[in-house]
Formats: sequence, C-alpha cells, structure tokens
Amino acid sequence: MTAIRSAGAPGHQLPPGQLPRLVAPGAPLGLPAHAARYGPLPAQPQPAGAAGPAQLIAAVERAGLTGRGGGAFPMARKMRAVTAAAARSGRGRRRGAAVLVANGAESEPASGKDAILLRQSPHLVLDGIALAAAAVGAATAYLCVDGADPARAGRLVAAVAERQQAGLPGPAVRVVELAGGYVTSEESALVNFLNGGRAVPVYVPPRPFERGVGGQPTLVSNVETLAHLALIARYGPDWFATVGTRAAPGSALVTVGGAVSRPGVYEIGLGLPAGELIELAGGAAEPLQAILAGGYFGGWLPLPGGAAVPVSPPGLRSAGASFGAGVMVAVPAYCCGLAETARVLRYLAGQSAGQCGPCTFGLPAIADALAHIAWQGRDERAAEWLRSLLPLVDKRGACHLPDGAVALVASALRVFAADLGQHLTRGPCPAAGRPPVLPIPAMNPGGRA
Amino acid sequence: MNRVLRVNPIACDAHGVCADLFPEMVTLDPWGYPVIAPGPVPAGLDEHARRAVASCPTLALRLERERPAGRTS
Repeated sequence: MTAIRSAGAPGHQLPPGQLPRLVAPGAPLGLPAHAARYGPLPAQPQPAGAAGPAQLIAAVERAGLTGRGGGAFPMARKMRAVTAAAARSGRGRRRGAAVLVANGAESEPASGKDAILLRQSPHLVLDGIALAAAAVGAATAYLCVDGADPARAGRLVAAVAERQQAGLPGPAVRVVELAGGYVTSEESALVNFLNGGRAVPVYVPPRPFERGVGGQPTLVSNVETLAHLALIARYGPDWFATVGTRAAPGSALVTVGGAVSRPGVYEIGLGLPAGELIELAGGAAEPLQAILAGGYFGGWLPLPGGAAVPVSPPGLRSAGASFGAGVMVAVPAYCCGLAETARVLRYLAGQSAGQCGPCTFGLPAIADALAHIAWQGRDERAAEWLRSLLPLVDKRGACHLPDGAVALVASALRVFAADLGQHLTRGPCPAAGRPPVLPIPAMNPGGRA
Repeated sequence: MNRVLRVNPIACDAHGVCADLFPEMVTLDPWGYPVIAPGPVPAGLDEHARRAVASCPTLALRLERERPAGRTS
C-alpha cells in the first residue's frame, strides 16, 4: 500500500478527516486548479501484469470503497471480476482487453450529485477513469451523461481535450449522451446502448463484467465511485477511511431535498445520523414526518424515530430503507405518505421498458391498487390485494426496476401503517389532496418499448 | 449436479406451455407469466423439466447449473 501512497505527491494532500473532498466550493476546477488542489495524477500503474494495477485494486479493497451509483457493491471485487474475465478470455495480458464505462447519467429524479460532481470536478472523475482503466487493462472508456443539459457533454469533451494537450496519460475517453428514462442508466442498458442497441436492460448473464461493450469484459462504475478511487490512488486507503465508519468507510455525496431550508448536494462522512444531515441542509423547513431514503428504489425512514439512523448503505438497510445513490427527501408532516408513494409508483410503472411481463403488467396493477388506497380508500380488502401483488412482481424482471418499486411500497405500508388503517376504514386523509413533494418528471415515452 | 429452472423474462411471452407440462414446479401469475418454484429440480422430475424447456415457443425457459449466490453488479 505504501507504493500506492508514495505514487502521489507526499505532503500534498487534502487534510485527513476534512470535508468536502470531491466538490470544492467555488468555481469549477480546470486542470491547473485541479492539480493545485489534489496534487498530480499518481504515476500510472504499468500494464501487462506489473505490480501497479493489482496494488491499486488492493488499495481500493482496503479502503472499503463501494459503488456510489446505488448498488453499494464493493468496487475492488468488481474490478477483479473484470480483470479475471479479461484473463480468461486469453487477452488479459494485452492492454485494451477490457472496456470502462463511467456512469454519470443519473436517472434518479431526485438526485443531482453526479451533475454537480461532473460540473465542479470533471478532472477528478477523469483521473478515476484513467486510473481504473489502467488497473483493469482498458484502452477505451466511455463517460455517459444525461443529455438533458446540452452543455454538459461539451464541457466534458473540452476537459478530455485539455488533458490530452497537457500530456496526461489515460485511455481514449468518449463522452456519450443518453436520453432520460429511469432504466436507461441501468448497467446492462448502458452496455446495450453502447453496443448500438436501445438503452433498455437486457437479460443477464452474461453480465457486463464477463461480456459487455464490444463483447469485452466491461467495468461499469458510477462517476462518484471513480472520483473516490482517484483520491485513494493519491492518498491511500487509510486517508480514505479517516471519515465514515468501520462498516461504511469514506465520504459520499448526498442530494438532500424536500422540506429543508437549504436543499442541495452535500458531501458527508458515511454514517452521519439522518437528523444531522437535515441540520446540515439548513434544518427542517416544516415539521417533518419521514425521509425518503435512497430515491425511488429506496424506502421510508420515519421521523423523529429515524433521526439517529446512520446515513450509509448498511445503516439505512438495517432501518428498512436504503442509501441508493444518496438521495434523501424530507417529507413534511402535512403530506400523505401513501399519496406520495402512489405518485412515485405511477411514475415507475411508466418507466418500465415494457420488456418483462411481470413488470409491464404488475407495476401498473400495484400503482392502481396503491392509488385506490391513497385517494379512494374505505375498502378493507384493498391492502390485502396490494400485498398479494408484491411477490408476483418482486425479482421477476431482467433489471431491478420491479424489485425497487416493490421495496418502496412495502416500506410505505410499514412506515405509514397508521395512515393506511385510516384510509382503509374512513377514506383518504385531507393531506392526500395536497400537491406532491417528491419530484415526478414528466412521463418520458423514451423509456417505453 | 443440481439444475435450476430459469426464465428469461424478456423472451417470455406468456404462452403458458411450461405450466401445462411441468405443473410440479411452474404456476402462472395473474397475467399468465410463469412463477418457478424455488430450489433445484428434484432428481425424479428431470424429464418433465427437460420437456417443458424443449417445448417453450420462445426458448425463454432454461435448465441451468445452479449459480453460486451473490452477484457482481
């Protein structure tokens, strides 16, 4: 590990334990400002089986870095799976046997952290791309972004060119724009799109790490994960873990929305109690009843009971919610949690690619059943019907859209159990008619088959 | 070797032949799509499983070696 650390610039590092790491306040960092803040790009690991790549992966493993795109999968395991698949294909010792896909498409409607990261610290992401590509032996990399902001891709292309002019090493990076849609940035959908198909999930196996873009073993990683990797390569795993907890080391970008005084993107040490996160975002703007944690694949965290829950993948998971891509939306007490969830379910049902029957038919049925409870109610059997639908949809699609939707409904039924009883016996609460708090994008026909 | 039945949900068109031929392990959901009983195919039912797989009009049903738990993505 010392080799990795000394590869950076000793004495030139962000102070341990200090935040923010990834996104400096102020103007976006061009290459000179980036180098001044973070120090030079660490020496590139040597290709062809030299110690370098394995050392970076080992450092990432020791750091305990997990994916920040929603899955929280251990990054080192993903990298090893790609290198192993490349070696199996008999081309592992040749540079360019693998492909790297940096996912910055951020299709979670309430999330804004990847957009901020790409705008403020593009070179940190590009450092991560260069380092991870070298570690898994990829000569080609794609940086996928949401095409909704037409200027974003242009800025990133300019940043890539700036690095080439400066003579920085790294793979050829192609910036790719995606049309919106909830499932378009699912990893198999990205790979299918880059292979010339539509941006819809495909049936796996083979998984992208086995056979992805161009049939090559492909590392698909969220852009924030790659930015953390660039810092681990510079300063080492011990530095990385000076914030966060033992179970969830390091920092993460979170998007805090809803009824807080200063909604926005914040970088936190993982494990910060949910109540302190609300304070960080300026405190509650209204009396709160719950936080939607983890986005539309996530779950509800009731307040004030959940205020002590650590904001981290394991912390939120054990509280029945999820960290997801770091989305936390505070919902005021005057809202109806069932109505909020029902609107999200309608949105998710509309985002189905229409490929798998249980999702195509099951999600609208679940959305109907929940809408019936939220806005009509007075039907004692409605909850039973809704609950009977959940296992018929859970884990029965090619991607995780059905599973995520089911988890969100199950958590709403649990957390808003008292409201549910009221709706079933006396009819909808007056709050059900209030305007929505959770953002619902205009229905995007692009997601449909 | 343990074998499990697996449906490719994208390829499946809800013909329902599998449930007719292999009701021991396949039932249909309200929309006509197969629900597979968990666990490996019992040794004595191998033949039924193979027949159901061979008869699927969209080749969506597969008999696969049991994959170790845990996914990479």
